[in-house]
Amino acid sequence: MRSLQQFLYESNARCALLVDRSGQLVATVGEQPRFDATAFATLTAADFSANDQLARLIGETEFNSLFHQGEQESMYLVDIARRVILVILFDNRTTLGLVRLKVKGTVEELARLFTAMFQRARDTMHQPNILAGAEDEIDRLFQ
Amino acid sequence: MSMINYAAREISCKIVYYGPGLGGKTTNLEHVYGRVQPNTRGKLISLATETERTLFFDFLPVDLGTIRGFKTRFHLYTVPGQVYYNASRKLILKSVDGIVFVADSQVERMEANQEAMQNLYENMLEYGYDLSTMPFVIQYNKRDLPNAAPLNELQAALNPGFEVFESQRQRIAPDPYHAGENLIEQIPTGEWVERAPYFEAVAVTGDGVFDTLKAVSKLVLKTLA
Repeated sequence: MRSLQQFLYESNARCALLVDRSGQLVATVGEQPRFDATAFATLTAADFSANDQLARLIGETEFNSLFHQGEQESMYLVDIARRVILVILFDNRTTLGLVRLKVKGTVEELARLFTAMFQRARDTMHQPNILAGAEDEIDRLFQ
Repeated sequence: MSMINYAAREISCKIVYYGPGLGGKTTNLEHVYGRVQPNTRGKLISLATETERTLFFDFLPVDLGTIRGFKTRFHLYTVPGQVYYNASRKLILKSVDGIVFVADSQVERMEANQEAMQNLYENMLEYGYDLSTMPFVIQYNKRDLPNAAPLNELQAALNPGFEVFESQRQRIAPDPYHAGENLIEQIPTGEWVERAPYFEAVAVTGDGVFDTLKAVSKLVLKTLA
């Protein structure tokens, strides 16, 4: 998170969101988004998945990053360790070039972090079973 | 795959409504959207063509209550039903926790139903998911139409059951939603089969919509229990 905050400061971007590939929002850093972040996360994952398929059609394995340009607001999306998508929202106070340049180190750091985290999860095979024994409670919820 | 957010004390699960084109998948979501309290649901996102045919997916997040202090948040998705949208359809199935197959009861749509069911099996298989072991319910929609096929014909065509091989599971399991019927039973040829729970529905009026949603959500949560 500190790395993302540092990146936002250096690049003058507004905010960064981490979205799981299945469309769940993992974290936001910087200005709190004023839009529906749940819907945003879902559409981001769908956008990335659709572009992955487009990449394959033209003989690429993936598009590692995507850029959507608007009149005021733009977004740059980049893959992290094939599991998470980093979305950076920025406006006219900065440029795509600066964002891309500054985010490089952060992406590498996050990729190392997530790869290690997923490896740890695989090694320990830890399945948090928070609903163990909650069958009755589940039944009651749906009565 | 369900995701547990300890900081927000939230469990998020993904449910996909699958089925042939114009079968009522989007209508199911629209009804849920219209009926639940605004503070327990998010926006209904529809990626549709200008003629309101689903192009990529519809999406609706709903909270169904709290268990063990965790908010249960379900992300409901529909897929585009038309045959040629298979690439998009497959993408939506990624990391799915539960499936609702919305079948169109009309006799003329029987083939389209079977084709969609076959397509569901194939797409799940490509992800390495096993439909026979995951939360799966079938909704027979449009039961109000005069040309609706009889239930037993739909069941025979779309829900013949997965064979149960494990001996400890080879015992009769009554269908909690239909008195006198069983989800697991031995068929006359001797095999034990397990059928998916099914529901009759008229999605445009909302009949059966919440029964279906509750059943699949319950199955999903039970996989975590």
